Amino acid sequence: MINERQLIAVLQQGLPFVSHPYAVIAEQIQSTEEEVINYLKWMQEKGDIKRFGLVVRHRNLGYRSNAMVVWDVPEQQVDKLGQCFGQFDFVTLSYRRPRNLPDWPYNLFCMIHGQDKKEVMRHLQLMIKSCNAQELRHELLFSTRCFKQRGAFYVHNEKVAV
Amino acid sequence: MENQLVELNELDKKIINHLQGGFPVCEKPWDELQLTLDIPAEEIISRIEAMKEAGIISRFGPMYDAKKMGGGLTLAAMKVKTEDFDKVADVVNRFSEVAHNYAREHELNMWFVIATELPHQIEKVIADIQHITGLQVYNMPKQKEFFLGLKFEV
Repeated sequence: MINERQLIAVLQQGLPFVSHPYAVIAEQIQSTEEEVINYLKWMQEKGDIKRFGLVVRHRNLGYRSNAMVVWDVPEQQVDKLGQCFGQFDFVTLSYRRPRNLPDWPYNLFCMIHGQDKKEVMRHLQLMIKSCNAQELRHELLFSTRCFKQRGAFYVHNEKVAV
Repeated sequence: MENQLVELNELDKKIINHLQGGFPVCEKPWDELQLTLDIPAEEIISRIEAMKEAGIISRFGPMYDAKKMGGGLTLAAMKVKTEDFDKVADVVNRFSEVAHNYAREHELNMWFVIATELPHQIEKVIADIQHITGLQVYNMPKQKEFFLGLKFEV
């Protein structure tokens, strides 16, 4: 039997770099390699695991500039624009989020990445032109510093024998 | 966090570009990768280890769908005075539920992701941060996703 909480807690540390990584995981949660593999496949199938692989720290990779562009979009246009913005390679996220009026009128958020600020600005112009967003109020928020970047932990207090 | 840039060779790039998409879930995943990438398994492992050490790879493992897993996830922002910024960042980052924290050029200048095991715990974390910092936390959970994937062609 797999204890899902334990499995998630162990995997939070990342996969070990050994020839049979899933066997090592299994050992830590008193399970078997086969059980762990089957369980993970099942989690992928039902969509609990979106992606299984590595996450790069883009700031160390030459993508020095990352900006969040936020738009104030009329309700009936959000879906159309959200999809349109999402088609670009340089857009890594396109989400609808709630406005926080009066301070924050924006309800569509996209992340844009580029080698530098100039490239990010060019990307933005292309988005505006391609998706006919000329009339939409928007703001571009460049990030200046990253204080913390890690995968989200979903199990916070699980004790695991490591 | 240090932002020193690291040079990658062609092998590293090949590995990164492939593995952002997915790591095999099977008994001998490295052997399968060796076949797909045409790079010896030991070489792949040592490259990944080196890139992890160099800070290029921040995580190696599963990315969960917080909502499907029954967890809570939100994007939050605060208006922080420049002179208080580091102090407030320390307070916020001390929460284990805070996954990312970025400074951005805006009146709302601190942006962070909160991930909790259960949805209702988001409110508690926000209340705690507001209580400790005395600042309003703007809560902006995802309502709809139009595109997903954080892949960088290198």
